Amino acid sequence: MERREFLKISGAAAAGAVIGACAGGGSKAPSKPAAPVGDGMVMRENPVSGDKVSLLGFGCMRWPMVKQPDGSEIIDQEAVNQMVDYAIEHGVNYFDTSPAYLQGLSEKAAGEALSRHPRESYYIATKLSNFSDQTPEASLEMYKASFKELKTDYFDYYLLHSIGRGGVAAYRKRYVDNGMVDFLLKEKEAGRIRNLGFSFHGDQAAFEELIALHDSGEMHWDFVQIEMNYIDWRHADGVRNTNAEYLYNELDKREIPIVIMEPLLGGRLASVPEGVARQMKVREPDLSIASWAFRFCGTYPRVLCILSGMTSMEPLEDNIKTFTSFKPLTEEELFFLEQMAVQIKEYPLVNCTDCKYCMPCPFGIDIPGIFKHYNTAITEGTYAQSKEQEDYAKLRRQYLMSYDRAVPRLRQADHCVGCGICLPACPQSIEIPAELRKIDQYVERLREG
Amino acid sequence: MLKKLRRALAVLFWAGITLLLLDFSGALNHWLGWMAKVQFLPAVMALNLAVIALLVLLTLVFGRVYCSVICPLGVYQDGVSGFRGLLSKKARRRFHYRKEHKWLRYGIWALFVIAIIAGVHAFVVILAPYSAYGRIIQSIFQPVVVWGNNLLAAWSERAGNYAFYPKEAWLRSLPVLITAAVTLVVVTILAWKGGRTYCNDICPVGTTLSFFSRFSIFRPVIDADKCKNCHICEHECKASCIDISTHTIDHTRCVDCFNCISACKFDALHYQNRFLHAASGLGRKDKEEAEKSPSTGRRAFLVGAAAAVGTATLKAAAKKTDGGFAEILPKQAPEREIPLTPPGSKSVKDFYTRCTACQLCVAECPNDVLRASGSLEHFLQPEMSYEKGYCRPECTRCSELCPSGAITRITREEKTDYHIGLASVDRTMCITENPAEQVGVSVDCGLCARHCPVGAILMVPVDPDDPEGRKHPVVMEDLCIGCGACENLCPVRPVSAIRVNGRQNHK
Repeated sequence: MERREFLKISGAAAAGAVIGACAGGGSKAPSKPAAPVGDGMVMRENPVSGDKVSLLGFGCMRWPMVKQPDGSEIIDQEAVNQMVDYAIEHGVNYFDTSPAYLQGLSEKAAGEALSRHPRESYYIATKLSNFSDQTPEASLEMYKASFKELKTDYFDYYLLHSIGRGGVAAYRKRYVDNGMVDFLLKEKEAGRIRNLGFSFHGDQAAFEELIALHDSGEMHWDFVQIEMNYIDWRHADGVRNTNAEYLYNELDKREIPIVIMEPLLGGRLASVPEGVARQMKVREPDLSIASWAFRFCGTYPRVLCILSGMTSMEPLEDNIKTFTSFKPLTEEELFFLEQMAVQIKEYPLVNCTDCKYCMPCPFGIDIPGIFKHYNTAITEGTYAQSKEQEDYAKLRRQYLMSYDRAVPRLRQADHCVGCGICLPACPQSIEIPAELRKIDQYVERLREG
Repeated sequence: MLKKLRRALAVLFWAGITLLLLDFSGALNHWLGWMAKVQFLPAVMALNLAVIALLVLLTLVFGRVYCSVICPLGVYQDGVSGFRGLLSKKARRRFHYRKEHKWLRYGIWALFVIAIIAGVHAFVVILAPYSAYGRIIQSIFQPVVVWGNNLLAAWSERAGNYAFYPKEAWLRSLPVLITAAVTLVVVTILAWKGGRTYCNDICPVGTTLSFFSRFSIFRPVIDADKCKNCHICEHECKASCIDISTHTIDHTRCVDCFNCISACKFDALHYQNRFLHAASGLGRKDKEEAEKSPSTGRRAFLVGAAAAVGTATLKAAAKKTDGGFAEILPKQAPEREIPLTPPGSKSVKDFYTRCTACQLCVAECPNDVLRASGSLEHFLQPEMSYEKGYCRPECTRCSELCPSGAITRITREEKTDYHIGLASVDRTMCITENPAEQVGVSVDCGLCARHCPVGAILMVPVDPDDPEGRKHPVVMEDLCIGCGACENLCPVRPVSAIRVNGRQNHK
């Protein structure tokens, strides 16, 4: 009890300190280095609404889960509260969630954690994630439920979740034909939605169609959320995703604020292949690998907020450090990152960002778990390639053992039946069954010795 | 000196075989595999003439050193008996000469031989000493080792060390566990009370070797001139075979432990060549009716082969949210008319004729395929099933280890053409037949075809006139080897839609 009160007081003291200046965090052990004191959290102004948004936003899609005795999973609310408190204390004020995230539990956990703070001290972004049922009733119900879960009576940012694939036709089916767009515009007039936008995954043609709606005045986009990072800047494959450089410039031209998702590609840009990591460390010995990716996005002025789905305190603290002593990239550094992107693209990685939209697989396969394990082996250089390789036996054993550890046998790639239910769910348009099959064949070769 | 040498060799053998049975990684097979092969009964079953000749010769020359050194159950009993001896001098010298229980001994031996010939395996495998020991280690102690390993793995993993690899510990067979536990208790009690009672009254291998040790060249002999009749050697003889009143030793029961030689303070006992030293009269024991000895009561157990045939219960999540896992039902074994026995076994019949149920193959199987059979006919003897894994193409471990010739040695290459079973598809259950009800989309699953290591499963069109249409699996009978990859990986649960039945004759 006493300790808790002490924490509360010290927390309040920290919050009361000069805005943005990081007050060390009284709850921390003195042996740890104090939180960085920089120029404070970088804030960007939304020219339309005047919101002062922190450049680092909290993505509520990757919070830690704990297993229940019955095998089901719930969010570790205590850990979430701790992270949210720390984030707000250090100037983060943008929280992005969805009714679909974390088995549908993300909004409620966000509501729990955020409602302990004054409502005007943060911005809430959530989405209409009507993937499975697009009837007006189901969509409306989802919209209303979000208020209750998030314990609020208005949303600062509301998104039509993941459009672009299937072009404008798919957009009309999900949002126009069922009357949801008209309804949401009315909600905006009523003040229950302050900014209405969409999140985009798709090819250039789809984006052109969607932005044409804006140009023609059929639909005004207050903001757009795009996937942007130094890989997707110029190396998107053009089918699953469009080059972020193009998207950014198109939005910048129209002065539409941009929110960034996947700045780290689901963590892949926090642990890049060793050769690339080395070059980054040579330049910035004391900055994390992830900080390069965040600085890349933050360098572009039309970016309003960069979302990071932080699972634990360590990346949160690191990100706070990046954004409180923020150094935009120089021209030369941008060129360097482009070189790094070219090098990373040479590795045969699966383009998975661990968003888990494909889950649950009806056959119980742990799709993101399999890809993650595979990608890690490639970036860490522990991918056994051929029997002629010098340390083949060691690498083989290491891969098989870590595979069994990372993914239970029954959830491994060899159990995929190829039903393809996951395919439309993947925002990266990964050919999931084909990729799983490739990994299965690779593993089978290893198992055979 | 002789006793020390015997003890050192015994500990070496015992530790080696125990480690071999405990080890689930297969790392020790190369070094220790031969220790199982020199066990007597398995060698007889394997018709391994070289080993049999070697053991007979060994016994003819040195007496029953096999029982003291090579047989792990014998060494275990010495351990128990010796432990009691540590408690007090009185306990160490608790033995007395007693007459041979001829009727019991030879009666059991005769029954044993008849049982082998008649194929009553339950009787044979329960009494076989090495196999009894194997069951004890595999079913009682290996799980303890696996749990310990998993605990270490969990701890070291927390410390960021991945040297240990966790492995599932599961009960492969209740009958084996119960039989092993009963054997362990009975043998331990017998050894605690009477030293080598099991070996000399019950063990058919001991009795067999006694036919030869009777004529052994080297043997402990009492020098009646030097003997002061202190009886200490008699009291220390755990085989109760020294009769000081007549200065004779029953060499059919003596296991050459040399305790007597070490115990004698008057240098009256020597291990010597009986032809070089004209020993005192080797009086035979007079006949006496057999004493009653606790007979080892054992029971047979029935295991319900509960193969409740159910339909697959796969369902897609109702409301689309992200993350989480679908439940996966555990597999159930289908009913197999003919049991599956490992590649290397010549036929089902040959396998069950030779197998002494030592569980070495069960302890070693890295794919959790082997376990003791549920049927009474093959009581305690292993069979294969594919709920937890399948007989992987690269693995030939059991065939390398089997000491009884039930599983003959085969190579990886031979395995691809070793037909132990045949898969067949239950079309009413196959996911390709009624996909919409199961997963909501049409699916040319093909998991079985993709994973068949010999390409025995093809996906062919259901409608011959529509080659591009829906496809379902068919089995090429001549190619299928019965490895169970298809059955194990089949997405239909709990009972697979593609199932393997055994073949009577392999190859």
